[in-house]
Amino acid sequence: MRVTVLLFARPRDVVGASRLEVDLPDGATAGDAFEALVRRAPGLADMKSRIRCAVEGEYSNWQAPLRDGSELALIPPTAGG
Amino acid sequence: MAERSPDALTREPIEVGHLTSGLAGAADGAIATFVGVVRDNQDGRAVQRLEYEAHEPMAEAQVAQLVSNATRRWGLSAVRLRHRLGSIGIGEVSVFIGVASPHRAEALEACRWLIDTLKAEVPIFKKEYYVDGGTSWVEEGTGDAGPG
Repeated sequence: MRVTVLLFARPRDVVGASRLEVDLPDGATAGDAFEALVRRAPGLADMKSRIRCAVEGEYSNWQAPLRDGSELALIPPTAGG
Repeated sequence: MAERSPDALTREPIEVGHLTSGLAGAADGAIATFVGVVRDNQDGRAVQRLEYEAHEPMAEAQVAQLVSNATRRWGLSAVRLRHRLGSIGIGEVSVFIGVASPHRAEALEACRWLIDTLKAEVPIFKKEYYVDGGTSWVEEGTGDAGPG
């Protein structure tokens, strides 16, 4: 299956893209998608504890299952205001 | 995705007077506002400008949720919230929150809760550009991480 990953702020700079399509085996979770990104951009690994994931625009967790066409956003620490 | 606040994010300057006027109705006794402005320093380093970006559809949905929650919890009459995106200079307004209610306590509490929760939850990101040429993404972590 193929999922879309949205990146912002520092994680986007580290990966070098704001949007990526990632191919994953069926049954993959948000955490699996993150590990696939770490293989492309090892610098992401250290940031995982500070990144929240959002699936289809809602905060979720790394165990959340993805499906073909899912949109996963990596949300680094927020800094509005 | 949930309901959105399509005008919560803007790349245009935020007009505080315009947003405040007409906020209170005849039965309201209070308007509380919070206005965030860009400061020229951070941790002793001179700041030249900021750049804000967001996961825009998610931020709009989260703002709609916050406004709805605050309205219900404090019985507010009206809420207006705008956050600036893009590059903004020292002294410019980064965020406006205006709340109207019949009595002051609810307006003040709701305004405080809205800015604190916005900072912690809404996917808006900030990059500082320093006078010395450096840059840094602000990653204070979640929660009310301090002033500004």
